[in-house]
Amino acid sequence: MKMIHSLFLINCSGDIFLEKHWKSVVSQSVCDYFFEAQEKAIDVENVPPVISTPHHYLISIYRDKIFFVSVIQTEVPPLFVIEFLHRVADTFQDYFGECSETAIKDNVVIVYELLEEMLDNGFPLATESNILKELIKPPTILRSVVNSITGSSNVGDTLPTGQLSNIPWRRAGVKYTNNEAYFDVIEEIDAIIDKSGSTVFAEIQGVIDSCIKLSGMPDLSLSFMNPRLLDDVSFHPCIRFKRWESERVLSFIPPDGNFRLISYRVSSQNLVAIPVYVKHLISFKENSSSGRFDVTIGPKQNMGKTVEGVVMTVHMPKAVLNMNLTATQGSYTFDPVTKVLAWDVGKITPQKLPNLKGIVNLQSGAPKPEENPSLNIQFKIQQLAISGLKVNRLDMYGEKYKPFKGVKYITKAGKFQVRT
Amino acid sequence: MSGNGIGYGEQGGEVAPELAQEAAPTTAPSVPAAFGLFSSDTKKNEDLKQMLESSKDSAKLDAMKRIVGMIAKGKNASELFPAVVKNVASKNIEIKKLVYVYLMRYAEEQQDLALLSISTFQRALKDPNQLIRASALRVLSSIRVPIIVPIMMLAIKEASSDLSPYVRKNAAHAIQKLYSLDPEQKEMLIEVIEKLLRDRSTLVAGSVVMAFEEVCPDRIDLIHKNYRKLCNLLVDVEEWGQVVIIHMLTRYARTQFVSPWKTDEDVGDEYNENNFYESDEEQKEKDRKVKKTYTMDPDHRLLLRNTKPLLQSRNAAVVMAVAQLYWHLAPKSEAGIISKSLVRLLRSNREVQYIVLQNIATMSIQRKGMFEPYLKSFYVRSTDPTMIKTLKLEIMTNLANEANISTLLREFQTYVKSQDKQFAAATIQAIGRCATNISEVTDTCLNGLVCLLSNRDEIVVAESVVVIKKLLQTQPAHHGEIIKHMAKLLDNITVPVARASILWLIGEYCERVPKIAPDVLRKTAKSFTNEDDLVKLQILNLGAKLYLTNSKQTKLLTQYVLNLGKYDQSYDIRDRTRFIRQLIVPNEKSGALSKYAKKIFLAQKPAPLLESPFKDRDHFQLGTLSHTLNSRATGYLELSDWPEVAPDPAVRNVEVAESAKEWTAILSKTKKEKPTEKFYSESEEEEEDSASTSATESESGSESEKERKEESSSNESSESSSSTGVSSDSESEESTEKKTSGAAEESDSEDIKKKAKEISKSRSTFSSSDTESSSSEESSSNSKSESDSNNDSDTEKSRNATSSKVTTQVFVPTKMHEMLHRMTGKGLSAHYQFSRQPCIFGDRMVSVQVTLTNTSDQKIENIHIGEKKLPPGMRMHEFNPIECLEPERSVTVSMGIDFCDSTQTASFQLCTKDDHFNVNIQPPVGELLLPVTMSEKDFKKEQGMLTGMNETSATIDVAPQNSTSRVITERLMKAANLGVVPSGQDKIHRFAAKTVHSGSLMLVTVELKESSTAQLIINTEKTVIGSVLLRELKPVLSQG
Repeated sequence: MKMIHSLFLINCSGDIFLEKHWKSVVSQSVCDYFFEAQEKAIDVENVPPVISTPHHYLISIYRDKIFFVSVIQTEVPPLFVIEFLHRVADTFQDYFGECSETAIKDNVVIVYELLEEMLDNGFPLATESNILKELIKPPTILRSVVNSITGSSNVGDTLPTGQLSNIPWRRAGVKYTNNEAYFDVIEEIDAIIDKSGSTVFAEIQGVIDSCIKLSGMPDLSLSFMNPRLLDDVSFHPCIRFKRWESERVLSFIPPDGNFRLISYRVSSQNLVAIPVYVKHLISFKENSSSGRFDVTIGPKQNMGKTVEGVVMTVHMPKAVLNMNLTATQGSYTFDPVTKVLAWDVGKITPQKLPNLKGIVNLQSGAPKPEENPSLNIQFKIQQLAISGLKVNRLDMYGEKYKPFKGVKYITKAGKFQVRT
Repeated sequence: MSGNGIGYGEQGGEVAPELAQEAAPTTAPSVPAAFGLFSSDTKKNEDLKQMLESSKDSAKLDAMKRIVGMIAKGKNASELFPAVVKNVASKNIEIKKLVYVYLMRYAEEQQDLALLSISTFQRALKDPNQLIRASALRVLSSIRVPIIVPIMMLAIKEASSDLSPYVRKNAAHAIQKLYSLDPEQKEMLIEVIEKLLRDRSTLVAGSVVMAFEEVCPDRIDLIHKNYRKLCNLLVDVEEWGQVVIIHMLTRYARTQFVSPWKTDEDVGDEYNENNFYESDEEQKEKDRKVKKTYTMDPDHRLLLRNTKPLLQSRNAAVVMAVAQLYWHLAPKSEAGIISKSLVRLLRSNREVQYIVLQNIATMSIQRKGMFEPYLKSFYVRSTDPTMIKTLKLEIMTNLANEANISTLLREFQTYVKSQDKQFAAATIQAIGRCATNISEVTDTCLNGLVCLLSNRDEIVVAESVVVIKKLLQTQPAHHGEIIKHMAKLLDNITVPVARASILWLIGEYCERVPKIAPDVLRKTAKSFTNEDDLVKLQILNLGAKLYLTNSKQTKLLTQYVLNLGKYDQSYDIRDRTRFIRQLIVPNEKSGALSKYAKKIFLAQKPAPLLESPFKDRDHFQLGTLSHTLNSRATGYLELSDWPEVAPDPAVRNVEVAESAKEWTAILSKTKKEKPTEKFYSESEEEEEDSASTSATESESGSESEKERKEESSSNESSESSSSTGVSSDSESEESTEKKTSGAAEESDSEDIKKKAKEISKSRSTFSSSDTESSSSEESSSNSKSESDSNNDSDTEKSRNATSSKVTTQVFVPTKMHEMLHRMTGKGLSAHYQFSRQPCIFGDRMVSVQVTLTNTSDQKIENIHIGEKKLPPGMRMHEFNPIECLEPERSVTVSMGIDFCDSTQTASFQLCTKDDHFNVNIQPPVGELLLPVTMSEKDFKKEQGMLTGMNETSATIDVAPQNSTSRVITERLMKAANLGVVPSGQDKIHRFAAKTVHSGSLMLVTVELKESSTAQLIINTEKTVIGSVLLRELKPVLSQG
């Protein structure tokens, strides 16, 4: 397994704006095979992640309007490369606040230094953000000003120790004046609702994102009131698997800063409460160049919490020319090129249900669309984990101080789709 | 800094034409294509060069940043190489890093210049900081310059026994790099791999297995002893390493354990389990229990048990790796646990989904039961990319059975209406497959598909036609209506495949639709010329079939069609026409065949099998690139079949089994004891051998620059090393330590413990003998680090060359060299000779015996050494002043001189009470050595590492009387202080020694050839001494 040979970053207009080689140089022309595949694909989403060329294999990911195209020469688990490329993109995001072409071009030296540290001879070396940040400091406005005056650099002057310890995800010598540990329990409802409003498929996926700012080497254990809810869990490497297996307690020495502690799926036995319903009437008249569109969104009873941040997006059929709608709440946009209708509803108040109604203009002469479009719904409910998961307590060992602890719950729509 | 890259790019774009012309001549040859653009680069490059030469770090840094920007954009910056490489030794870490980036990119193209940087890395390899050692190794091994292969090899070997696991990890990475640079090093690299496989650090495990997979994946025997350790370490290895190890262990297990899948009876049964999979499996389990034919090897179980937690990894690649391991290794009843985790991955990015779905598709063909509970997770959303949709559809089709088919068909109905027509078409095919696989729903499906025939979308209709055709073929009995319906469609459908399908159907079942068929032929005959080739062929086909069944009505029509076909543009169609005519129209030429024409054309045809495209993928290991591509990728390693009989499981037995935790605990302990450790290693060095770096004025620029630095540092260290000088009991100390270091090979953790003991031991020795040295342990970290690093290499060497140690000389030359003649010395004469003893004043010193004789008639008082004029780095241990030397008496005193492995003269003043005389001692190169004994095998091994630049050789004449082995040995020993290596061959004589100062090996080989000549070969890192020695040894054998 020779892993990653080279990496090309390509923007949407097909410019290769960065290349990095970990072994001998591979000519940019290898990307022609990629462009060819890209042309064949209907859209960017459909470019095959693995492409075979006469001498190389190209494994690519598409993130934030950038293609990360890696060149491989021999057999390698494709997921290995894909996972790594995403980790690279995550790191850019982490360092520059966004993973965009401009950010990468503006920070090309840091990008190069990062890539150099992340891969050695095409094999991942340091991918933990805690370690990378010790090796190469992320740019800040203040630092870049200071650097330009003093000529100092972003490269860490002290060498990192984390890589050498057996807790490679945490750096040594962390110090805070305010010691805090925050956990966000974020649950997402994936659902497919059919025409009649009955649930075809629904599932709760959750994550616990942590922001830990604790001095020294704290050893934390987090327990739940109802751990049995968690059906399938994936862990950050810091979590001791054995403790979870035997006691259903999350025991770990955390990395410093923000990280995802666990992702979980709630067991499918539990019925998923769907917090919203959608009434819809979408129809296209035969032999006429117009149709009707009427959608109402309402909260389901017995939730007790407000549903907010509601947004509905609809990919209208190609034949749709324009839409003349009125929204009782929020605002809507329709992009006649991509045929995407977006309705930003905001908060739902049960007294006055938001409604979007009007006329759809179709291309004259075109056949009536076969199918009504699906409605994709987004929403948020604060202070609620829809599965009922509750954190019991957080204990800290190994350090003397008393940290400030906090848990926040939030429920969101995941891939929430209503078929019409 | 942020603006630089961009700013530069913009300027690169605006090319002033006159500039381009000016600069063109210098650059045009190298890059003719990017003429204008590049020439402006040159202008800029001048500017960059100046910045690089500047004395300010900020300017250099700025320049380097812009250069890295150029590299990132794929612009050529190679001509800046000389200017950049100068900065490789910069003190500024960021400049240095960027220079490294540059070097790795261009060293391959500018090999000669790249060599200038090598010495910097070599020096950094001995740095006390492990991270610096590691990064030096990384860069050194990334410079793809073949000539430094020996240096890389040496560096890897040293690093592989470094105390720091991080350095060892990097050594493992370097193995692959060296292997791809020079595959001939394979054997030696395997030795390093073998050693690193024994390593207990979780840091190293992943990387060394990686190297193993790259260099010698077939050497499964290297894994045996480490198998259990790898299984136990796995959870703590970093995620990328886990993937590699799991894949390797999968292959390993398939060669070492017997199949857990079947008892002897039900061979071949495994693919038959479909719907009854679960119960089948249980049945098997029972069988197993009853028959007791199979018990799982505990090691097999260990692997399964220890990989299971990794299904919970956040890394998709790890989860997939475990999943494929369970798929390929676990009993079928246990493989079920992977489905949940794989389904979890479907929440991930589209690329991850794509790969995971592909693998699930392959699995779901063979074992439906695994994924059936998760059927709904594969439901398609309108927002999924098409490739994901089709894969999900594929899996759903595989999972379809009597129980869930109605739900699935309802779901499929939604998909058929999808705006994504490609996906809709795929759904129709899926329906077709369900219909053939599940006979209960065939009719339902068929009706559904017929409804689709009135769909507005042509692609949907066409696909339906094709699928219906296939379905009808399986049971044509009562479908006359459908065929009629389809015949009517012919007027509207334009898609060739669909038209062809309809025509074929009508032809095939023309007897069931006797009225319609001829009419269809009539219509199509009319449009024949405008049809697609595919359709034309089917028209011919239809004509032929009708001619055979209903020739009365269609004879003329068919003739007409055949005539059209005869003059068609496509030769395929002309061929077919000719063939059909011969077959169906009887004439004198046509033979017996035409009698059977009807049978041929209207034979019962087997119904097509609607199969999954993933059907055949299972012969590739899941999770691999080859599986994704469905073709063998370069470097794909076949997963072997289970052996009939398991190989001996005892090969995996290891005496001591300690867990990784202990190891890391010990490590962290030793880390705290760093100063002592350093101290320890220093003392070890003192005892083990003399070592220091050498200086040679004649070497290349870079080399001498490096040397000079080392010299200065060795000067610093002289303080401590001379003060810790050898006490009498250190000799015994040395031997015990050697033993332990030898034993350390057995178990690393034990090694650590012992070392800790030794630390305390050597500490006590020294604190009693010399307090200064132990106090210096805090103060002069510099000098310590120097000697520490030297020690690293030395211990390494002594370990590698297992039995090589300094021996006492065999031959002591009696030749006296004159130092001071009695005439010039006013009666005092002085001679010196080399005693060839290890010097007692310092390990790096050559011991010199000076005989002072008073030839005058008065006594000479206070003889001592006065002012010394030594070249830099050289040190001298004076003899104690002689208070009085009586007339006609002589006295022999010994002194030690560190010549720094060079033949430079040591000049000093020999003083008496009244006079002082300038004298010199110049060592013959042969005296700068200490003999070493080693076995022939070790010799060859060492020699193998000292090839290329490190080898010098010459052909010499050998006088006949000198060709006996005794004489050769004698003469060579006289000329140089060498140790004899026992040789198995008569014609080859080998001698080994090491330089006094640096302890570099010096291997001398004399190979006798025909007609009284011989090949004299010297292998050494110290190439200068090597060549001088060669020059001196040349005449030795030719003289009579």
